[in-house]
Amino acid sequence: MSVLRPHRPGIPVPRPTALTQPYWDGCARGELWFQSCEACGAAVFDPQHVCRTCRSDRLTWRRSSGHGLVSTWSVVWRPPSPAFHTPYAVGIIDVAEGYQMIANLVDCELDELRLELPVKAVFHPIGEGFWLPYFAPRRAAERPLASPPDRTPAPTPGGNR
Amino acid sequence: MTHPFRDVAIVAAHNTEQAKALSGHDSISITLAAAIGVSAAAGVDLEDVDGVLGSNANHVVYALGMGPVHTGAGGGISAVLHAAALIASRVCTTVLVADGGAGAYTDHASTAPWTRPGYEFVASPGLYTAVEFALVARRHMELFGTTEQQLATVAATIRNNGHVNPEAVFFGRGPYAPDDVLRSRMVADPFHLLDCSINAEGGCAVLLTTADRAAQLPLAPVYVLGGALDYLGPAYRHPPSWDLRGSGDVPNGLVGRRAAQRAFTMSGLGPGDVDVCELYDPFSFEIIRQLEAYGFCDVGEGGRFVDDGNIAPTGTLPVTTDGGTLSFSHGGGVVQMLQRVVRGVQQLQRACSGVQVAGAEVALCSNGGAGALFNEVLLLGAQRP
Repeated sequence: MSVLRPHRPGIPVPRPTALTQPYWDGCARGELWFQSCEACGAAVFDPQHVCRTCRSDRLTWRRSSGHGLVSTWSVVWRPPSPAFHTPYAVGIIDVAEGYQMIANLVDCELDELRLELPVKAVFHPIGEGFWLPYFAPRRAAERPLASPPDRTPAPTPGGNR
Repeated sequence: MTHPFRDVAIVAAHNTEQAKALSGHDSISITLAAAIGVSAAAGVDLEDVDGVLGSNANHVVYALGMGPVHTGAGGGISAVLHAAALIASRVCTTVLVADGGAGAYTDHASTAPWTRPGYEFVASPGLYTAVEFALVARRHMELFGTTEQQLATVAATIRNNGHVNPEAVFFGRGPYAPDDVLRSRMVADPFHLLDCSINAEGGCAVLLTTADRAAQLPLAPVYVLGGALDYLGPAYRHPPSWDLRGSGDVPNGLVGRRAAQRAFTMSGLGPGDVDVCELYDPFSFEIIRQLEAYGFCDVGEGGRFVDDGNIAPTGTLPVTTDGGTLSFSHGGGVVQMLQRVVRGVQQLQRACSGVQVAGAEVALCSNGGAGALFNEVLLLGAQRP
């Protein structure tokens, strides 16, 4: 099986707005940021002008732990354009602070992907100064990419929230 | 209470030629062909049309020398419900809904270009339609044990409907067994190539008028028994999560449930009264999801419902009888959103090429899907409500 790797240069880069720039600034520092509602405490992502839960405009940026669980995924073999090299995996991640986001899954083998796989945000440059958040299995995020595959069992999902 | 659409009738539906590529056509010219075709089929002069809907409606008005008339840019089931409301409220008397797609996509190195816009949080991770819908399918498979084999059964069933439909782009390309689908190359896991809609060109149209006027026309009128739209936000910008919710109690995984319930309530009917389902089939799994959302089976039971042969032409609930976007045609931007309505009308007018459901009196039509955060539902009947 092939280990999932970050995208190569040449993929589309984001075009941030004033609303979303703090998120991408965080990514460039290797940090995952999200909005938190001061009125009701809800986590909000992707960036919004008002809280989707209580409609307050008192949203403040907070840093996420970057920890999460895989909610669903797809391994892509036919890319949207030749800029993408396959296979790559797309997931929806349940982030620990209580929101969901789309990201690619890396540093794991295809047959490791499963529901509620514990993952951690990692960041890789994609050009023009942008860094894209990816998620890697939490045990894999702590070891160098060059090391041989770790066959020890992944930690149980229970302790990761 | 009088049914709100009692005085409204669909008097004709029309498909233009459909093909992988329609030489010499663009989206406007094929839409004009659809408009002229439905006018001829209905026996209604375009001079008598006082409303035109569709993604290129105003171009149609000018190009055909019509007007001044009412227009609106929406398409699909949304436009049909809009047209019915315009007629019921006497804003219009006769409304054309026409759309078409041709010559728009020539970048053959790219996949599904109409759903590959540069949205900020999906473009860099490499998402496009197949991936968006795959994320919903995989979640369902993990939660409920739905299998790739069940998805393949849906794809084979609908593709076989196209195989016997001389008007389908993939006419004669089968027959398909589920194993043929499973053997086709993987596109976005769990979707193999044959789980995915085709890319083609073509146009279609429907014409609506008053029930009184319809009684004077040659074709059997078809009535709008009910319909509604379910939207949770713009497509392909936010995670297509099964659990995405707004303030209502229907999650994205069941999007269309509220719309179907409204349609059934308006009609006084329930799922057991539906004779044929013209369900929108961008990917095989979406059929399983819609069957659950609309109440044809319990949530999580859609795979087994399909396994039991219910959706076959000989089953209890034939589905997508012309071959759908998997085999009949997929014109690109908006046109395919109207195709299920065209086929539903054909079923109730006993005018189908290929699979005709004998004695069909009630047809449920849909478009959209959870991968795109929306679903539109229309209930058609042969009897005036």
